[in-house]
Order: sequence, then structure tokens, then C-alpha cells
Amino acid sequence: MNTKLYIKDLEEIKLDDYKNVWVIAEQRDGEILTNVYELLNEGRKLADDLKVELVALLIGNNIKDQAEDLIFHGADKVILLDNPVFENYTTDAYTEATSQMIEKYKPEIVLVGATTIGRDLGPRVAARVNAGLTADCTSLEIDDETRELKQTRPAFGGNLMATIITPNHRPQMATVRPGVFLKALEDKSKKGEILEENVEISEEDLRTKVINVVKETKQKVDLPSAQVIVAGGRGLGNSDNFKIIEELADAADGVVGASRAAVDAGWITSDHQVGQTGTSVRPVLYIACGISGAIQHLAGMQESDCIVAINKNADAPIMKVADYAIVGDLFQVVPMLIELFNNEKAKKE
Amino acid sequence: MAGKDGDRMKIVVSIKQVPDTTEVRIDPKTNTLIRDNVPSIINPDDMNAIEAALQLKDKNPGSEVTLVCMGPTQADVALREGLAMGADRAILITDRAFGGSDTWATSNVIATVIQELDYDVVFCGRQAIDGDTAQVGPQIAERLDIPQVTYISNIEQKSEDTFVVQRKTEDGYFEVEVKTPCLFTCIKELNTPRYPHMRGIMEAFEDDDNVERWTNDKLNIPAEMIGLRSSPTRVKRTFVPEQKKAGIVIPDANEEEVKKVFEDLKLKHYI
Repeated sequence: MNTKLYIKDLEEIKLDDYKNVWVIAEQRDGEILTNVYELLNEGRKLADDLKVELVALLIGNNIKDQAEDLIFHGADKVILLDNPVFENYTTDAYTEATSQMIEKYKPEIVLVGATTIGRDLGPRVAARVNAGLTADCTSLEIDDETRELKQTRPAFGGNLMATIITPNHRPQMATVRPGVFLKALEDKSKKGEILEENVEISEEDLRTKVINVVKETKQKVDLPSAQVIVAGGRGLGNSDNFKIIEELADAADGVVGASRAAVDAGWITSDHQVGQTGTSVRPVLYIACGISGAIQHLAGMQESDCIVAINKNADAPIMKVADYAIVGDLFQVVPMLIELFNNEKAKKE
Repeated sequence: MAGKDGDRMKIVVSIKQVPDTTEVRIDPKTNTLIRDNVPSIINPDDMNAIEAALQLKDKNPGSEVTLVCMGPTQADVALREGLAMGADRAILITDRAFGGSDTWATSNVIATVIQELDYDVVFCGRQAIDGDTAQVGPQIAERLDIPQVTYISNIEQKSEDTFVVQRKTEDGYFEVEVKTPCLFTCIKELNTPRYPHMRGIMEAFEDDDNVERWTNDKLNIPAEMIGLRSSPTRVKRTFVPEQKKAGIVIPDANEEEVKKVFEDLKLKHYI
């Protein structure tokens, strides 16, 4: 090929050479991330539909003891790469290892969590092995006739959904939004095989060096696993008024969420942002206060079991998806709810 | 060290013109996207990429910032806005042959252009708001065979060719050292993009020749690397997401009504 770019030759691909569904089992500090269990659950269904095996690729340092856990959660096989060079995530080491394994085993589908690291690794691997990659999928399905993976994802800030296929390239790679799929259940009686692999990579090959891994001391905003989320939007008017959202979240034992408008206005940090550009959530209860409901926000929260919306405007889009659309001034309604939740708590104690 | 004469850097910024998705609406009759009259903007994260490049230029006088943008003819407005902010050179990458490219094919094109330029550092935005894929930056870095650091929220130049950056994770950040040539993808926490000067705007928009047009006649990228037909991924169908059906409306929220809602939530075990 007449190009100066770093790209391997584009050969005709025999689709039949590619088999099995893979899940990239991302770990940090030796701990498997929650979204991996979601991938295993979804990957299991795809593998069953295709009548193939579900394989987890586990890369890290001193992580051997985690492999079995992946089998208990649905994997038939675990490919294990355990080496000090994988202590911290680096694009070079993980891309090289993942690409080599893909080229050796030829999976037909590779699922990657759409985490900040999965979204660094996925595209780089897809470019190296010349695979198609679909970002941030919210639904995955096998086409009965073609065996193709139908990958559905939001586009235009959630205004539109698109179903993407990868007809002539393998593997079919997809990153999957954390929090969208349910987690696989554990079955400790499940048996599987652990394949230990090796790739030749040394520290000197790595073009980036991780000097420090910093955990921010402030409490992590754990939106994905929150049972209750109380979210505030433009209707709050300023950052001070966010205090009543925090109060309600406290009273309801919930986590504070926010719309993009509130984050963009600087009233609250972006780790609280719910929506297509923030975090996708599906809590039991979602209380939206002064949020009009831009489609990109709705795309990230409408899977909640129950939505309570408080808004002055009865025609706001959020009111259309709410199970309880409370038309009124949030500065009157929220304090009422705080009191009700606090009374409820007092009763239990 | 940075700032001394002779430490001129060649900086490239890859930007995209996008429809302002907060302004996109659905036609309730046809259930399709209304794209008419939707304002086009420089993708928000790309504004941070431009700012990062300009700040690096400020610290290394004599450096050159080149903007590249792949898109239709109208996308030259985005490049002119970038010139008005202070970039030195702008290249519009435009050709029918590039139409319909997915991220794999798009990065082949943009990487070819950057390869033609002399560069030390490439800045991209983390992701574009119309596609939200965050894939083109890393895929350009792969094609150039250079290291990447994505999601950067802080950047410090340690020496002529060495940077230490913070790359954000879900619960903190990695501090990463990298040498040039390299590619960074920027998030909005990195900086606050500057406003263009009035004079900058006038200069950027008054001269037609400010924006170079590069087509595939110049680039000669093989057909199997570009465009719709060579893209691994295909859009099979698009549809408007289903909205949940409406629930209970409480038109006039007084204390009693709110209490009723609360009791109902308890009854249904949402609380």
C-alpha cells in the first residue's frame, strides 16, 4: 500500500476464521471493575446466541487470583497475561498485548468497557488490528441470519439512535457504557479454563511512563451504583442553591446528580453529571429538580425504575418521562420532600 | 528549557466542526432530526485543544500552531475561528472521496495530513459532541506510531521534548511523562479557551486564502483506506429513541399532594 502510515496490509478477511466472544476484563489495582460483570452478562447472551464460547482477557500484575472470579460470572475461558510490565495501565503495553492476543486467537466479537481507560485502549487496538469499533453501545444483538453483531448507540447527544454493523472486518469491537447492562450473577460451581499467555514487552518499549497514580481524596461520586439519585439543573439558579439538592440526597440516602447545564455553569463538578456526555444511570429512584430534560440528559437516566420530576414548566421534556411530574416551585417542593424523608428515617431509628 | 529562543515547536491541532447538539430537535411529525438552522460550532473539547496549543506557543515563542479540519467546504468557518484565536495556519481537508468515513478511515486521512506536516505535538479534543466516540485521537496516534495520552486535565513542559501531564480517570488521575512527538486528547478541565480579538476575527475572515484546501489529489491516499466503502463500520439504521410513556402529573404541588406522592413511592417500594 502506498502510505507512510503505520498500518498493516489490508488483506481480505475470512470471516469464518474468527470465533468466540471476548470481554476485556479491565482491572485497577488488581480489582476487576464492576462494568466487566456487565460485559460478561451481555457477552454470555451473545455467545449463547452464536453457540460459541465466552472468553475474558485479563491483563495485569499479580492478578491470577481474579481469573476464577471471571469464570464464576460466566466466562468459559480466561486468557491471562500476568506480568510486572502491566502494573499500571499504559497504552503501549496494553495495546500490544491485546492486539497480539486478538491476532492469535481471532475472536469475532470484542467487548470493552467505555471507561476512561477502555476508551484509550479500544480505538488504539481497533486501529492496529484493522477492526471496526463502535463506541458507547447501549444495546447489542446478534442478527439471526448473518450472525453480525448489531450495535446500537446514541448519536447527536442522544437525539438519535444508530444501529451499526461491521460486515467485512473482524473482530467486531464495541465499547459499552458502564451502568447500561445488568451485572452477571455469580455461580461458584461454574467451571472454566485459564490459559496463561506471555507477550514480549519490556519497560523500555513503553513510550509513556506513569509517574504517579493519584486517587482524589474527596469522596468519589458513585453515580452508577447509586440506588437513589437527586439531580439538580438550571432551575436552581446558582451554586449556593445546590445545597438543598445535597440535603435531599442526604435525607434520601442518595447521591447528587446534575444536568450538563448546571455543570457548564460551574455550579457543581462534572463528576456529578448525568447524561449522554456524563454518566449513564439506572437507580431505583431518580429525583430531577429544576432539570428541563435535554435529550442528552434523558438518554442517561430514563432507564431509572422511577422518575420524579419537579419543574415549574409542565411542558418540560423531563415531565414526559417522569412517573411523577410535580409541577411547582422546587424551592417549595424539595424542602417538603426533605422533611418527609427525614421523618421516615426517624421512624425507622 | 521552554521559553528560550530556538525551542520552536511545531504544534498541530485536529479539530471538527459539529452541529450544536443542544440545539438539535426532533420533528414530532416525521420523527426525524431537524438539522436546518442548527448552528455549527467548533467542537467544545477541540476548543480546549486549540487553547492548549496556543498556551504552548506562548511559552515557546516562535512556535507554529497549525489547525487541521476534515469536513465539507463550510467547515472552513471553524478553521477561521481558530485562526482568530491565534493559530498560524489552517488546513481544510476536503474531498468527496473522504465522505462517509468512519473513525478508522477518518484517522487514516487526518494522520496522512499530519504526517505531511512537521510536528512535535498533536492536540485533539477528547471527543466530538455529534458522535461522542473519542476514537479518532487515539487512532491518529496509532497511524503516526507515536505515544498518546488521552483525557488530559493538566500539562506541564519539563524540557524541550518532555511533558508531564495529568490524565483523568474515574476516581482521580495518572501523572504521565511522555516525550515528543506525541498526541494528547484534551478535556474541558484542562483550560479556559480564549476569546478571539476583534482584529483577529477581521483578519481571519477577510482573506479567502487564509485556509488551505487539501484534497486527495494532493494526498493520494489509497481508496481502501478512506471513505464509506472502506470503513469497517456501517450505519444499518437510525431511529428516534422511544420515550417512556407519561406518568402521573401533579399540576398544583401543595404539601398534601407531595405527601401523597411520597406515600405512593413507599407503597411501590421505590423508597
